[in-house]
Amino acid sequence: MATFIDTHFALLVTLVKIPVVLVVLLGVVAYAVWMERKVVAHIQSRWGPYLVGPHGLLQPIADALKILFKEDFFVAEADRFVYLLAPFLALTISLLPIAVIPFGESFTFRGHTVNLQIANPDVGLLFIFAVTSLGVYGIALAGWASNSKYPLLGALRSSAQMISYELSLGMAIVGVLMLSGTLSLHGIVAQQRGFWQLGGLPAFLPRWNIFVQPVGFLVYFISAIAETNRLPFDLPEGESELVAGFHTEYTSFKFTSFFIAEYTNMVTVSCLATLLFFGGWLGPAFGPAPVRALISIFWFGLKVVCFLFIYIWIRGTIPRFRYDQLMSFGWKFLVPLSLLNILATGLVVTWWNA
Amino acid sequence: MAALFYIVAALAVLAALNVVLQRTPVYSALSLIVVLCALAVVYLLLDAPFMAVIQVIVYAGAIMVLFVLVIMLLNARREEPIDRSRMARWLGVPLIFALLAELLFVIGRQFPAASTTSAPGVEGGPAVIGHLLFENYVLPFEVTSVLILVAVLGAVVLAKRQV
Repeated sequence: MATFIDTHFALLVTLVKIPVVLVVLLGVVAYAVWMERKVVAHIQSRWGPYLVGPHGLLQPIADALKILFKEDFFVAEADRFVYLLAPFLALTISLLPIAVIPFGESFTFRGHTVNLQIANPDVGLLFIFAVTSLGVYGIALAGWASNSKYPLLGALRSSAQMISYELSLGMAIVGVLMLSGTLSLHGIVAQQRGFWQLGGLPAFLPRWNIFVQPVGFLVYFISAIAETNRLPFDLPEGESELVAGFHTEYTSFKFTSFFIAEYTNMVTVSCLATLLFFGGWLGPAFGPAPVRALISIFWFGLKVVCFLFIYIWIRGTIPRFRYDQLMSFGWKFLVPLSLLNILATGLVVTWWNA
Repeated sequence: MAALFYIVAALAVLAALNVVLQRTPVYSALSLIVVLCALAVVYLLLDAPFMAVIQVIVYAGAIMVLFVLVIMLLNARREEPIDRSRMARWLGVPLIFALLAELLFVIGRQFPAASTTSAPGVEGGPAVIGHLLFENYVLPFEVTSVLILVAVLGAVVLAKRQV
């Protein structure tokens, strides 16, 4: 038995990691919805969900049960295959990036290294970009297949928006890549270990990329909000003009798939922001290696929850953009700004190395 | 690994056939996306992870989105079957096979089976490709980017005339 575990260690650990990570992710998504309702409610001087469980903590379960019993509605004139494919694509693609996201310090167990990450490819960051760039199909196809004008308009808007903001999203992180010199997410975090030395001052500032790439972070975060179709950039589902945009014609679990996908994407970009700019799982840790690993998971989770909170905070505070404002903001402000950031970082890095 | 290659290769060929045979433009576009993703897996099997990822980002994630966008904008539904010309009906299929045989013959002569095994020790990571692009092939690389810029400007000029 022991030899079996030792010879197939990597495979066994991965088989354990996949379901655990998936269940945790979906749990986080469910409670992100609860958190959103609570935070937005308090911003608007309301209580939010309060009746199901203490402080409405069981509300996600009640919602999930309710939505499963809703009528599964089909549009008569819809293209049946694509109509079904769209929510499936949206959900699957949103769940994929978590496979390469590292969420804690590696530790040794029975002489084997356990990475707290499902897979660590050399091109991890690009993998996430490749997968998320496919995310637009879920929305675009949903809008087309519904054969109805509001979803089509929503899908058109969203395709244009996602292509535009993907550009600044990708260019915002080039600065970080120039500093770290690797595309592996594990490597990018490892490079942020330690503290910045500021002249004769005691080292207190962690070596996070945010302190050297503030512009990159700003562009990344704004683009990420637009990329996940969240307020103030939720034009694809602007209620006041498009009913509900691309998912107007969807009900029951098909609608829930889009809903889960949106929140999973939110979690993914929050994870990425943490990893690229805020040192990932790094933070004060003590004790033996497994305890350190647990503490590192706590730091990672805390940082991600902070980002989710900021997301919701922005949603509760800033009104929606108009469509032409959204486009000119992306192309005439964010893209040039990220280009300047790349130029400045390149000059500094070259000067530093020379 | 070999089994995975055959599965992915078969998927790519079937999806490519589907691109041509489908009558609904969106289905053709979707099949083309499947082809591109299958090719990305082939790149992965050839130890070229960077190419694989770039293939998905550029082709499946950007260019095909524009295709789908245009199809949606034109709201193209099912194609109307039209009467093919009599010559195409009788000569079409044999000519396709002739062309295919010709291609296979040329490729087979140009690349004998022994030369297509994966080269050991050749790494296709981003660092290697970056060094090649920006050191050995920097002039062609930059000229290509200028060419693309010219094409974009040309498209804007042509479209603007009609607005």
